[in-house]
Amino acid sequence: MFAQQLANGLVLGATYALFALGFTLMVGVLRVINLTYGFYFTLGALVALAGCRDLGLSLWLALPLGMLAAGLAAVIIDTALLTPLRRARAPELASLMVTLGAVLLLYSVLSMGLGTEIRRFPLGTLPAGAVMLGEVRLGAAQILIVVTTLVMVLGLWVLLSRTRLGLALRAVAENPDAASLMAISVPRMVMATSLLSGVLAGAAGVLIGLNQNAIQPYMGETMMLRGFAVIIIGGLGDVRGAVAAGLVLGVAEVMAAGYIDSMVKDGVAFTLMVLVLWLKPAGLLGRARVTRA
Amino acid sequence: MPIWLDDFLWTYQTLIHSLGINGLLALSMYVVLAVGQLSLGQAAFMGLGAYTGALLSLHTGLPFALVLAGSAVVPVLAAAAVGLPTLRLTGVYLAIATIGLGEVLRVIYVNAEITGGALGLGGIPGRSATWIILLLLAGALGGVWLVGRSRFGRAMEAMRGDQTAAAVIGVNVPAYHLGALLASAALAGVAGALSAHSSTFISPDDYAFEAAVTILSFAILGGIGSPLGPVVGALVLTLLPELLRPLHDFRGVFNGLIIVLVVLFLPRGILPWPMTRLRKPL
Amino acid sequence: MTALLEVSRASKQYRGLAAVDDVSFTVEAGRVHGLIGPNGAGKTTLFNLISGLVPLDEGNILFEGRDIAPLPIHARAGLGIARTFQNIRIFEDMTVLETVAAGAHARLSAPFWHCLLGLPRSRAEERRVAAEALEALEFVGLADRAQTRAGDLAYGEQRRLEIARGLASRPRLLLLDEPAAGMNPHETADLACLLRRVCERGVTLLLVEHDMGFIMTLCCRLTVLNFGRRIACGTPQEVRTNPAVIEAYLGTKAAARLAARAGREEGWQ
Ligand SMILES: Nc1ncnc2c1ncn2[C@@H]1O[C@H](COP(=O)(O)OP(=O)(O)OP(=O)(O)O)[C@@H](O)[C@H]1O
Ligand SMILES: [Mg+2]
Repeated sequence: MFAQQLANGLVLGATYALFALGFTLMVGVLRVINLTYGFYFTLGALVALAGCRDLGLSLWLALPLGMLAAGLAAVIIDTALLTPLRRARAPELASLMVTLGAVLLLYSVLSMGLGTEIRRFPLGTLPAGAVMLGEVRLGAAQILIVVTTLVMVLGLWVLLSRTRLGLALRAVAENPDAASLMAISVPRMVMATSLLSGVLAGAAGVLIGLNQNAIQPYMGETMMLRGFAVIIIGGLGDVRGAVAAGLVLGVAEVMAAGYIDSMVKDGVAFTLMVLVLWLKPAGLLGRARVTRA
Repeated sequence: MPIWLDDFLWTYQTLIHSLGINGLLALSMYVVLAVGQLSLGQAAFMGLGAYTGALLSLHTGLPFALVLAGSAVVPVLAAAAVGLPTLRLTGVYLAIATIGLGEVLRVIYVNAEITGGALGLGGIPGRSATWIILLLLAGALGGVWLVGRSRFGRAMEAMRGDQTAAAVIGVNVPAYHLGALLASAALAGVAGALSAHSSTFISPDDYAFEAAVTILSFAILGGIGSPLGPVVGALVLTLLPELLRPLHDFRGVFNGLIIVLVVLFLPRGILPWPMTRLRKPL
Repeated sequence: MTALLEVSRASKQYRGLAAVDDVSFTVEAGRVHGLIGPNGAGKTTLFNLISGLVPLDEGNILFEGRDIAPLPIHARAGLGIARTFQNIRIFEDMTVLETVAAGAHARLSAPFWHCLLGLPRSRAEERRVAAEALEALEFVGLADRAQTRAGDLAYGEQRRLEIARGLASRPRLLLLDEPAAGMNPHETADLACLLRRVCERGVTLLLVEHDMGFIMTLCCRLTVLNFGRRIACGTPQEVRTNPAVIEAYLGTKAAARLAARAGREEGWQ
């Protein structure tokens, strides 16, 4: 029982970590809380769903398609809304506000176009089987999520720490002005970050959509509430912290639902977030840049 | 009261009430923006005020003034719990912390028995007379205006320009952040209670994300040069959908678009003029 | 002579880099004290420590004999410390007059309730502030720009506005971080004149500057930093001939050459 709960919690936590990965990257490198992030998540899921259902594509074609669509949307929106503000050196709250307006706009358009009813992937998109590990049962979607999260976290880690692109991204995160003096094209790095984050959001959307098998325009919005908690608990812009925070949150939610009441589950993220703000504002691992007034 | 005025008030009562209430909400947003912070919890504070007020009216015999006071206190406590730890941090922390508040409260409203669950609370006595709403709006506007014109307003404007430089000239930045947040929560709470006692029915979905964004759009459209800006913004955005019916169905699109366009192209809003405090003495 | 400011064994590290490393010096009241050193020596960091923008790692800072290290930033203005910034930090959207009035914030006392209700006491105080702010603007020569938006001022004017804002709090100590940077020789001369008048008003100045001529004409004592450490302290004359200072500014080779020449000159006599 406990083992199964723990496993469920870790899988749920993996979805949160997977979701927050791209969000953290945006926060860390671009230094902006981009509230449209949840929309890329929704978009990835919807595009992959359309691919599977209407075009009859296999999941392995629909997944990259969803990722690509989400990545492109992220680049377009960032270029249209945030680049002008960056150029004008507007305060960070202006960028937050613009993305807030944009996200309301995008969701409203989407739900007017598609309606808000719940859509599902066709049966057989994933094999139906499950694996037993001792007494712990894991479904195909869950395994897929855990594996993808692992692959993406590793991939992102290799990218950031072992490649020239990663070095450039870290330089931009550290100090954009200094980076541009070192002949790094900051606008290109900004685009690369948006693309990468969007792609990660899209992947998370497809996989989490498969796991929950309930896809509707506002799914990204619900997820964002977990995303905020994860980036605060992990520390703003701290990728490793976000992964840890995602797992902690997932386990905490499942345990709270199992041992207290299923009703409290939705309050766990917020409660943990406020606790971290009170006790450890630099995040669980204590490495986030916390600017004090 | 002349007959025609009575008629007019009766016909447009709902609209006048929502103008006044939205004006108060816009002011509550202004108070936070004026110190260079952003709260996305105004709808949540409003909801707390609405539920507190409704429950007080339904279950106690308190006079309306005390009901309103109670509706101000509860959101202030919530604001303190969420806002206190973020006061010394950059503004994004407050924005993120408050964005989650509304959702948690919604979960509570939906699940708790006393709040009437997902169906909401009905049968709230219609105690919000038009004059009470307009008087409170005028009082709040006057108070915010006078504070804005004083040394406190100048300190706030300085913080908005450069927080570090403001601290160096002696402005206690965290204290201003806290004061503004609490005042704003109180205003939003009162507005919530007024709206509950005006519509006589409230439900958990009235105070969700979209309401928070709408309140922000009032302030952004009007601009934060002076407290008049947000109130005018609320006026425009409340009247427009009434005049242009089709806008009603596109409220989300419209409010979102307003924020995007104004932040990008009109960063000072439609009433950009700052308050004049000092004139050069002759 | 009493020490107005006493920095003792102050240290500040940024990720292992010692920006300020075990620095001690005292600034005496009524003087112009210079703080010099090559780029990255830690001068601005030291200012940030004194004004409280960054916390000290070690050491302490006494102002009029009182340890100010634990005080928050805003409390230091009330004690009589004001500063300007290397990269000008003005409130761009405020008028010049308002900016200077804001500088007086720490001295104002009208209670919140008076302001909320618009009572006479707060209005009287506002009138007084306006007059004082205008006087400060006249002092720095910006009176005719009083109603201009601060962000619209020319560069040199913005520097003077920052000084006026600092003076508005009637400080005992004014920290100036490269006030002459980016000014032409004429403006620099005007500035030197202005700073002398500030000093005559009883304000002690701690001055960071790269323009040596400017420093030498104004300061009666100098503290020299290099790589975060204090390498010299003394009168301009003493500092100018100090080999460690010459080495820090000109590099080892030049220092050796100068030393050799000094040796030859001595040989002739
Ligand atoms: N916030 C910071 N984070 C990391 N390093 C910093 C920070 N501020 C200063 N430093 C480093 O500390 C050292 C001292 O910097 P500081 O700005 O005090 O020098 P300075 O003497 O004022 O130089 P300059 O004459 O160029 O103004 C430099 O190496 C700088 O890179
Ligand atoms: Mg410097």
